[in-house]
Amino acid sequence: MNMPLMKAEPATVTPATTAKVLPLPPKRPALATRTRMVLGKVAERIVPPVVVIAVALLIWELLCRRAGSTLPPPSRVLTDTWELIVDPFFDRGGLDKGLFWHLSASLQRVAFGYLLACFVGVALGTLVGQSTWAMRGLDPIFQVLRTVPPLAWLPLSLAAFRNGQPSAIFVIFITAIWPIIINTAVGIRNIPQDYRNVAQVLRLNHLEFFWKIMVPSAAPYIFTGLRIGIGLSWLAIVAAEMLIGGVGIGFFIWDAWNSSHISEIILALVYVGVIGFVLDRIVAGISTAVTHGTAAN
Amino acid sequence: MTSYLKLDHIDKTFIRGSAETEVLKDITLGIDKGEFVSMIGHSGCGKTTLLNIVAGLARATNGGVLLEEREVNEPGPDRAVVFQNHSLLPWLTVYDNVRLAVDKVFSATKSRAERRAWTMHNLELVQMAHAKDKRPAEISGGMKQRVGLARALAMEPKVLLLDEPFGALDALTRAHLQDSVMAIHQKLRNTVLMITHDVDEAVLLSDRIVMMTNGPAARIGEVLDVPLARPRRRLEVASSPTYLKCRQRVLEFLYERHRFIEAA
Repeated sequence: MNMPLMKAEPATVTPATTAKVLPLPPKRPALATRTRMVLGKVAERIVPPVVVIAVALLIWELLCRRAGSTLPPPSRVLTDTWELIVDPFFDRGGLDKGLFWHLSASLQRVAFGYLLACFVGVALGTLVGQSTWAMRGLDPIFQVLRTVPPLAWLPLSLAAFRNGQPSAIFVIFITAIWPIIINTAVGIRNIPQDYRNVAQVLRLNHLEFFWKIMVPSAAPYIFTGLRIGIGLSWLAIVAAEMLIGGVGIGFFIWDAWNSSHISEIILALVYVGVIGFVLDRIVAGISTAVTHGTAAN
Repeated sequence: MTSYLKLDHIDKTFIRGSAETEVLKDITLGIDKGEFVSMIGHSGCGKTTLLNIVAGLARATNGGVLLEEREVNEPGPDRAVVFQNHSLLPWLTVYDNVRLAVDKVFSATKSRAERRAWTMHNLELVQMAHAKDKRPAEISGGMKQRVGLARALAMEPKVLLLDEPFGALDALTRAHLQDSVMAIHQKLRNTVLMITHDVDEAVLLSDRIVMMTNGPAARIGEVLDVPLARPRRRLEVASSPTYLKCRQRVLEFLYERHRFIEAA
């Protein structure tokens, strides 16, 4: 009677050990599949743009390779501008500088004009959003002025400042400010009455109301304006710099055109596009970081 | 005899263009310190307008509100409101929502540590201390209403104004919150003016029920004393003859008035 029992025990133990081993094999495929899934997800995002870009470059290459074509193919662009690509930091004095210096000069102008537009735009937008009187007085002016193309302001600002640098900054400022004003005003006007009631019961003063209710409540709208503004600033700077001259990516493009360096124009356009994209992403990133959790309910 | 809170011959007329709508007519009511008074009436009868006038968020066309024999005509933390839709600020945590009120009301009288402790004390009072770091979007409707109540209580108001605070909640959550409000009222003896359209809620919670006639030009139709001993327990009270009689009176009023107005 004992013997079968003794035998029965190891018999039950053996399946138990196999049962312990069992969970291990599925773990290895799990890790493998997980990495495969991550790679797959990355590939899902990266493969389509890579394929599209490659096809576009190929078409461009085929179209512009023929003799007598007016624009260089991508392979020519790369060989022509290789020096500019590998050494963006050279400075031979005057306007003969690397692309880094041109781009940084443009970015500085945009930074000044845009930041000024942010402060003035949010302030004016708040005024227009808060006061019906100010809205009725200022809104018609805003609606007319915002349709004026950015470059139309340049001669006037040159006449006023008699200097290219502040004129360019002013053009950026006047371009970026309208969407900031208008979106801020809409955001302020859309503050729910509930929050205003809370502020009234708590007797928040104007400053407290501004910082604790208005800004957080209107932040999603304000950031929409700021994002449109940065895009417009970057659009306007190239055109403005073509006219005012001096160091800057706009002037670089114009100068390349005058010297018939078409490849350099194409390289500059790529940089302008990438930087515009990065600027938009930065403002969008700040927006999500700041407005996190401000959505109602 | 003068009351703690007195609504004195309040008329309210809304003027839109040339059209005048008389919403409230000659509302006079005295509320004693520590009393729990409910106002009940059909929707659209101007209950919320009246509460807003008491809160100072709206102005009466004629008449006014006296608190401790002083006229009040602007909002202030001495008449804290628990809003129907909670009105918590979504970008602040539960703690910060209450703390904002505490900081504003007690900036001069309490130290930083005391204000912190007072905020937590009020959150504990409504059993919401566990969720202090959550944002309003992360908690349920009933919990939001609890936080709204904590924010109002934290101002140590002379009068607590409740604007259909449980209207948007399901029946079980509502019952829980009613019990909490009863317990808090029992403990703190606040003076409370509550707007409601729920007959059981009015009878269970109130010392007196003010019944409003239908608008336009709503008036106080009847005031009913609820002579039920406190503390009240939902289940025991529900079967008591006094409770049933009061409930019947309110239902009759609402039902018959409603028909009367419709016929007119």
